[in-house]
Amino acid sequence: MERLTHREAPPANLLISGARLFDGDSGLEGVQLDVRVVDGTIAEIGSDLEADGVETVDAAGLTMTPGLIDPHVHLRTPGDEDEEDIASGTRAAAAGGFVAILAMPNTDPVVDSAAVLGGLIERAGEQAAVPTGFFAAISRGLEGRELVDMAELAARGAAGFSDDGRPVERAGMLRRALQYSRVTGLKLTLHEEDMTLTAGSQMHEGAVSAELGLHGYPGIGESVMVGRDLQIARYEHAPLHLCHISAAESVAEIRRAKKLGVDVTAEVSPHHLCLTDELVRDLDPAVSKMNPPLRSAADRAALIEALADGTLDCIATDHAPHRTHEKEVPFEAAPNGVIGLETAFAAVYTELVAPGLVSLSTVIERMSAGPARAFDLPVPALRTGAPADLALWDLSESWVVAPPYASRSRNCAFAGRTLQGRCTITIAAGTVAHRLAEVAR
Amino acid sequence: MDLYPPTGLPRRRHLLSISDLDRADVERLLETAEGFESVMQRDVKKVPTLRGRTVVNLFFESSTRTSSSFELAAKRLSADTISVKASGSSVDKGESLKDTILTLSAYDPDVIVIRHPQAGAPAIVTRHTDAHVVNAGDGKHQHPTQSLLDLYTIRKAVGKVEGLQVAIVGDVLHSRVARSNIQALTMLGAHVTLVGPPTLIPREAAAMGVTISHSIDDLAEVDVIYVLRMQRERMLEGANYVPSLREYSALWGVTPDRVRPSQLVMHPGPINRGVEISAEVADSASSRIVDQVRAGLVTRMAVLYDLLTEPTTTGGQAALRAVEPAGQEVA
Repeated sequence: MERLTHREAPPANLLISGARLFDGDSGLEGVQLDVRVVDGTIAEIGSDLEADGVETVDAAGLTMTPGLIDPHVHLRTPGDEDEEDIASGTRAAAAGGFVAILAMPNTDPVVDSAAVLGGLIERAGEQAAVPTGFFAAISRGLEGRELVDMAELAARGAAGFSDDGRPVERAGMLRRALQYSRVTGLKLTLHEEDMTLTAGSQMHEGAVSAELGLHGYPGIGESVMVGRDLQIARYEHAPLHLCHISAAESVAEIRRAKKLGVDVTAEVSPHHLCLTDELVRDLDPAVSKMNPPLRSAADRAALIEALADGTLDCIATDHAPHRTHEKEVPFEAAPNGVIGLETAFAAVYTELVAPGLVSLSTVIERMSAGPARAFDLPVPALRTGAPADLALWDLSESWVVAPPYASRSRNCAFAGRTLQGRCTITIAAGTVAHRLAEVAR
Repeated sequence: MDLYPPTGLPRRRHLLSISDLDRADVERLLETAEGFESVMQRDVKKVPTLRGRTVVNLFFESSTRTSSSFELAAKRLSADTISVKASGSSVDKGESLKDTILTLSAYDPDVIVIRHPQAGAPAIVTRHTDAHVVNAGDGKHQHPTQSLLDLYTIRKAVGKVEGLQVAIVGDVLHSRVARSNIQALTMLGAHVTLVGPPTLIPREAAAMGVTISHSIDDLAEVDVIYVLRMQRERMLEGANYVPSLREYSALWGVTPDRVRPSQLVMHPGPINRGVEISAEVADSASSRIVDQVRAGLVTRMAVLYDLLTEPTTTGGQAALRAVEPAGQEVA
C-alpha cells in the first residue's frame, strides 16, 4: 500500500538541459544530457532535446541526481507546531533536495493509535510539499511497556515502527515487537542507548568532556544496545533498522552482524559524518548538543569508512527542531537535537566528497536508493518512464548557512559554516517542490 | 587576557576560563594582587580606583567564600555592587538567564560576576550584555579566579610554581576547581598528578597533560597536596562512584600519616572534615586553607582592576601607581 502522502500539485512539464547526470543504478556517472519531464514523468533522456513549447531550464554546469530520501525527521506535529509543522518541515526537505521523508512518532500526543496516525496522513495530504510517511510508536506512549496495535497501525498506513528518542529498554519487549513485525511486514527502527551508561550525559565521553567537565556519553552507551538488539534480530530472523549510528564500536557490531547474515540496515547523520566533539568547546547547544552526541575524530573516521563500504546504508538527518529560546540557555540545560534537512547534502558534499573521502556516487546512493531500499519505498531513478523524483544541484556554489531557513527552527549544526553545493530545483512525485529564486530566470 | 568575542557586541575582555589567559596575563594579575596586599594592611582598606563603576554579583548557586570575596573586592575598590541570588529573585518566578541578564544590563554594569550550576552559563551571559563577564564557577567546567588565588597562595608559600610537583586528590570528575587548576598549574610549569578512585577521574584526563594515579602513596613525592571536596551534591543518584565514604576515606583520605611537614596542603573549601581530609591535617602547620581565602580577596581585586583598566606590561607596578595616590586621598 502507498505509505507516503503529499498534497496535490500540478505536474511538472520542463526540459532540463545540459546537466551532468549521476545515478549509479542507471549507470550514469556524470554524463551531460537533457531530461524532459512531461506531466511529472521522465519522458525522455537524451542529447539536444527540443523544448516543444515547454519551459526550458538551462542546467549547464549543474548536476542532476535522483531525489534524496530522509528516513529520520522530526516534524514536531502534532503538538509542537511552533517548532515545525508538516508544511514547513516538508518545505525544508524540498529545499535540501529531498523527495520523500519519514517522520518520527515522538510527538504530543505520541503516534500510537490509528486515530492520531490517520489525522497526520490527512494533514500531509493537504500540506506536505514532498511525499511524507509516518512511523508509529513501538510501545504505547513510548513507555516501553505495552505494544501498540501494530497491525491496525500498519493497515492505517504507518511506514514502520520506532520509539525514537529513547531506546526499547526491555529486551523481552523488543523481542515481542520483532516477532510481531512479521504480521505487519514493516520494519522496526531503533534508537540505541543503554540509559544506565548514559545517565546525566551531555556530550561524548572523551578528552573534550574531561576538560569541559560535562558528563560523558561513551560510545559503548550505544554499542552495547546495538549488540544486544542485533543478537535478538538474528535469533528471530527479523529485519531491523538502526537509527543515527555514531560510535566506532557500533560500526564494528553492525559489520559483524552483516557478515553473519543479519537483515540489518543502519543510518548515520550528516553531523556525525562531518563534525566532532571539538565543536562542543564553544558551549553553544544550538549547534552542538544532540543525542547521540558528536563523537571523537576516530569515531568520525570509522563512520566515514563504514559509509563508504556499505556497513552504513543510509544518511539520515535526524532533523530535530527546537524553539530558539530553548536553545539560548546554558549547555547543560538545553534540549538535544539539531535541524539538518536544508544542509544535509551540502555538508556531506563539502566535508566528504570534495576532500575525496567518499565518492559522489556513493553519497547519492546512501541518500536516495539506500534509504528507499531500507524502508521498501520506490527508488528514485533518472530513467525514462520513471516518476520525476530528482534534484538539481549547483556544486560550485558556496553559501553561508544562516537564517532565514525554510524550517521554523534555527538550531542548525552547520550554522555559520560555508558549505559547497546548493539545491536549485527539487521535483518530488512529479511536481516542482523547490526552486531556488536565482534559477527561476 | 585573551579576548573572548561575543557575537554582535563590541569585543570585551572576559574571564570565563583559564584558557582565556596566557602566562603573561597570569603574571600580571598575580603582581597586581601583590600590589593590593599592602592596601589590605592599612587601617583604611579602601581605595577609590573603581569609584563610579558597577559590579553585579549574580549567584545561582550557594557560595560563601566566592560571593563574599567578590563583593568585598569590589567594595575595597570603591565600586558600587549589586548582589543577586537565584532564590528570592525573578529566577524563582521562572525568568530565563537571558532575561535576567538583559534586565541587569539595563543598569549598565561594568562587570557581571556569575556563578551558575550549569557549564556554559557565563558564555550565554556574554551574548546578552556589554559588561565584562567573570566566571565565578560554572557547573563542573571552570572556576578561574579560584586558580588564580591558588597560584598566588603557592607562590607566597614556596616562592615559585615552575617545577613544582602538585597532586590534586579526590573527586576530580565533579570538580571545576580541578579543571581550572590543571590548566593554570601546567601553564606556569608545575607538574600535576591526579590521585583518586578510577570512578572519579575522568576518562582521557591524561590528555590535559597530567599524570593519573589511583594510589594515595603517590602523595609522598609531591610538593603540594591539593585536596578536593567530595561533591556529593553533584553526584547522580545511585551512581555508585564509591562504595561508601568510609571506604573512600580509608583509601584516599588525606590523613596525618600521608603528609610530610614540608608539604603544602590546600583545599578550595568547604571542607568535609573526616572525609577527604582529616581535621588534624586541615588544622596543621602544612595547611594553607585560610591563606587561600585571604588570597581570594586580593586576586579578585586584581581581576576586577585588570578588566576595568587597560592591561599594562609592567603589571603590579602599574597597579600600585594607580592605587597609591588614590589610597592616600581616601586615607
